[in-house]
Amino acid sequence: MNNFQYTRVKSPATAITELSKNPAAKLLAGGTNLIDLMKYGVMSPDKLVDINRLEFSDIKRGQGTLHIGSMVRNSVAAADATVLEYQPLLSQAMLAGASAQLRNKASMGGNLLQRTRCPYFYDITADCNKRAPGTGCSALEGFNRMHAIFGASSSCIAVNPSDMNVALVALDAVVQVSGPKGNRSIMMADFHRLPGTHPELDSTLDKKEIITGIVIPDNAFAKHTTYLKVRDRASYAFALISVAAALEMDGSTIKDLRLAMGGVAHKPWRLTEAENFLKGKTASVANFKLAAELAMKGAKSYGHNDFKLKLAPNSIIQALKTASGVKA
Amino acid sequence: MAKKYLDNADMARAISRVDGRAKVMGAAKYAAEVQLPDLTYAVLVESSIGQGTITSLDTKKAEWAPGVISVISHLNTPGVPEYKLENQDVIQKQLRVFDDANIYFNGQPIAVVIADTLERAQYGASLVKATYKKENHLTNLESNLSRAAVPKKAKADPKGFTSDFIRGKAGAYKDAAVQVEEEYIQPSEVHHPMELHSIIANWEAADKLTLVDKTQGSQQTAASISKSFQLPVENVKVLATYVGGAFGSALRVWPHEIVAILAAKKVQKPVKLVLSRNQMSYMVGYRPHTLQKVALGASKDGKLVGISHESYGKTSMYEEFTENVLQMTRMMYDVPNIDTKYRIVPLNVSTPAPMRGPGEATGSFALECAMDELSYKLNIDPVELRLINYAAEDPDKKMAWSSNYLKECYRLGAEKIGWNKRKAEAGTVQDGEWKVGYGVATGTFGAFRSAATVKATYKADGSLLLQSAIADIGPGTATAMTAIAAENLGIPPEKIVFQLGNSTFPKAPMQGGSNSLATVGSATVAVCTNLKVELAKLAAQQKSGWNNAVPDHVKISGADLVNSDETSAKVSLASLFSQSGQLEMVISGSAAQGDEKNKYSFYSYSVHFIEAHVHELTGVVRIKNAVSVVDCGTVVSPKTARSQLMGGIVGGIGMALMEEAVIDDRTGRTVNASFGDYHVPVNADIPQMEMLFVNERDEHLNPMGSKGLGEVVIIGVAPAVANAVYNATGIRVRHLPITPDKLI
Repeated sequence: MNNFQYTRVKSPATAITELSKNPAAKLLAGGTNLIDLMKYGVMSPDKLVDINRLEFSDIKRGQGTLHIGSMVRNSVAAADATVLEYQPLLSQAMLAGASAQLRNKASMGGNLLQRTRCPYFYDITADCNKRAPGTGCSALEGFNRMHAIFGASSSCIAVNPSDMNVALVALDAVVQVSGPKGNRSIMMADFHRLPGTHPELDSTLDKKEIITGIVIPDNAFAKHTTYLKVRDRASYAFALISVAAALEMDGSTIKDLRLAMGGVAHKPWRLTEAENFLKGKTASVANFKLAAELAMKGAKSYGHNDFKLKLAPNSIIQALKTASGVKA
Repeated sequence: MAKKYLDNADMARAISRVDGRAKVMGAAKYAAEVQLPDLTYAVLVESSIGQGTITSLDTKKAEWAPGVISVISHLNTPGVPEYKLENQDVIQKQLRVFDDANIYFNGQPIAVVIADTLERAQYGASLVKATYKKENHLTNLESNLSRAAVPKKAKADPKGFTSDFIRGKAGAYKDAAVQVEEEYIQPSEVHHPMELHSIIANWEAADKLTLVDKTQGSQQTAASISKSFQLPVENVKVLATYVGGAFGSALRVWPHEIVAILAAKKVQKPVKLVLSRNQMSYMVGYRPHTLQKVALGASKDGKLVGISHESYGKTSMYEEFTENVLQMTRMMYDVPNIDTKYRIVPLNVSTPAPMRGPGEATGSFALECAMDELSYKLNIDPVELRLINYAAEDPDKKMAWSSNYLKECYRLGAEKIGWNKRKAEAGTVQDGEWKVGYGVATGTFGAFRSAATVKATYKADGSLLLQSAIADIGPGTATAMTAIAAENLGIPPEKIVFQLGNSTFPKAPMQGGSNSLATVGSATVAVCTNLKVELAKLAAQQKSGWNNAVPDHVKISGADLVNSDETSAKVSLASLFSQSGQLEMVISGSAAQGDEKNKYSFYSYSVHFIEAHVHELTGVVRIKNAVSVVDCGTVVSPKTARSQLMGGIVGGIGMALMEEAVIDDRTGRTVNASFGDYHVPVNADIPQMEMLFVNERDEHLNPMGSKGLGEVVIIGVAPAVANAVYNATGIRVRHLPITPDKLI
């Protein structure tokens, strides 16, 4: 690990000033990912700006919204009664991620920004455009079992590893940020980027900005939500495929729904075409299969992850079955 | 008839782990936790190529970095004296640490940075830059089978399990009515004990070395190091008081241990070196990636006619590693015709090491899956098929078994898992979205015994101290020895302390190959007997009725020594000590193998039954129930034995469903070296398990009636899982691990 400076800030304004002064500074929240990356030599910030004392730790109801502060710990949000009542999908997704110890430490803002777990990103002797732009992508023809099938580029086929992000993109969440130019809101769907030719950039957050909170609009999905995470072991493993499914049912008809997938792209992957197809249709396995086919349009695999072309639609069907309660 | 077997309910009355409290409370200090004055810290620098030579090594920046004391490489090593000697063992040739510029595998240690703190050493290590002359490396087993070679070891031991072997007729399966001929692949698996490999090297004088080290053999490490550094063996002291698991990874001296000793020599201070979790993946051995070809032939009534079995396992470019993959095939079933071939494939990887159930865990995966495949072709129940081919004596050695309760293992396990619920046709039972299946497989491992001595110090306050050099890597050796001594002497367990893991203590073997209990337990019985003889001699000077006391009938009872043949001959221990004029009695006891190996064939057995549920859409496997029955002779320490069996089942589930060390053949580097990426089971993967012991005495191996346990518990678990998955889905996975992608 390189030497670095450390400062603890007490106001968001100071945090923004620190980031503005030093482009190589990084915010330190839960540290569950950043500290690991520093130990591996993947990230070497000059300065850590500790924001753990900032007051972004409330969960509250707004006008038809749920607001979760960026410093709320994942375990706190997942167990919160308001979250469970209004947005149970978010709780399910967060509990599927990491381990109890990590969730106790990890913040909402940090989870939004957690970096890919591509092994070549972590191995500093390997070529990796995300870690060292211009060196190439080792995963493209390497061990890419965990890698993307949607939206990848020849520069990078890494996936966003977060479970929480999949639920948030399904729930049309909005990320609230603050920076030198004031406050702004970023739609969750626009928050994470596709790799394109700049895989070093995970999100559209400016380097001088700080995440203050997450806002989720109310919905009528609470009774029919599922977060399905398919992985190589039952806990503490990243998703091969995950599916967030939230349905509003009117008898056997799907009145409205949201679908998103994890483990398939550089960003949490919203399944808009499948949603449009199923909206107003009868909940049936036959319709789920057709929706899954639509969702898979444009998928591309890279060898070790060929299985995802089958596992992904199967998982979509399964998540819809569980969320709707439909068996046939 | 009262049951004789032991199940979970029998554990309550067994003694608990004697060091359990110290371990749980953090009082037990492992090697990395030991602190010494003036301690310095060493961090390895590794090669980033798989084959070639170092052309330059820039250590300047590291040397100038704050806190860095020294950087050692092939350019300035103090040298390992053994490397200069002639006539070294060409088969077990260690990687020569910093001896030259040659690189044999990616990750090979090329330098070490020693600093005053760990962080400064880590930073210093990151500043060392090497350039290389790169050559082509080879790491893929399957694409390099043309390089397969007969091990030199086989040439030296033509009757061993790695030599080509024929019993009856080779290829006889081809003449049989029903045949199975398949290939099975098991990837490399890493031991990954919880405790990282750690060493503190301390030169107390120019020719005197003390090591605090993670090792499975304190005396064997001392002997190996004394040879490497040309020191009198008594000048090398090795302490391994607590070892947090090893599974075979600490059965030998590895390069990092040599590095720490070199570093301590160079900086003239004690040096601590702790491997990182990533380095654990390629610095301290692994179960080698192995491809097996198995062919079985049977008559229509299920009688095996012939088995042909070949094994191709990988090894390093500099050293030959072999294991007994084919031993089980030669002795397990009553089959007239067998031929086996064992080959190794040298690649640009570090040397493998024995890993729990070494050889047999690999071999049983192929053999026991093939038996399952045969059972479907024959339409004979897989348990029945094994009973049909049960060997009443060892068909390999043509000797009687010392004891063999395999039939009881099958019977008991089948009853407990509810084997009658299994459907003979695969893929036919559904529970909601899950497909349900049952599988069985057998494990076996030789039962061994070697030589050991235990020293006893019996004090006037009634306490007993026992000492042996044996390591305890987790099975609960001190607990089992305490149980043996308590029962033998009549002293309550809480008054007995069994110290171990110190090379200056009396002779003991390595803890490996399931021989600790048989070996050190026998010496413990011997020292207890000797102590009773001495006490009886003292008693005979006081009172009649002790002259011809039979040690087995003499016991300590509270404050007295009693002789069950002469109930009136009770004497107080206090009077014996005052009579002897000593505050303590010090006595030793030794035991060694006799000629029993020439009369009987010794094996432990395990039979594993698995109920697996496989999700119809996602291919996720959930083990719902595991029942394992073990024949390991008399169970000496039921609680720790149960834990051993539990750990074996968990390890076997990992082997079956998730463990796979992946190497990127383009670079030769391990891709999933971290604990996040290399999957072992977590609690959520582990079902309720039933751990059963036949608990029938073996009359021939040792006085306790026990046979080995630690290895046999994992052998056969993986094929039982694979067989259950097949029964559930009709999909036969012959390439471990059985991950969801293989079942959709």
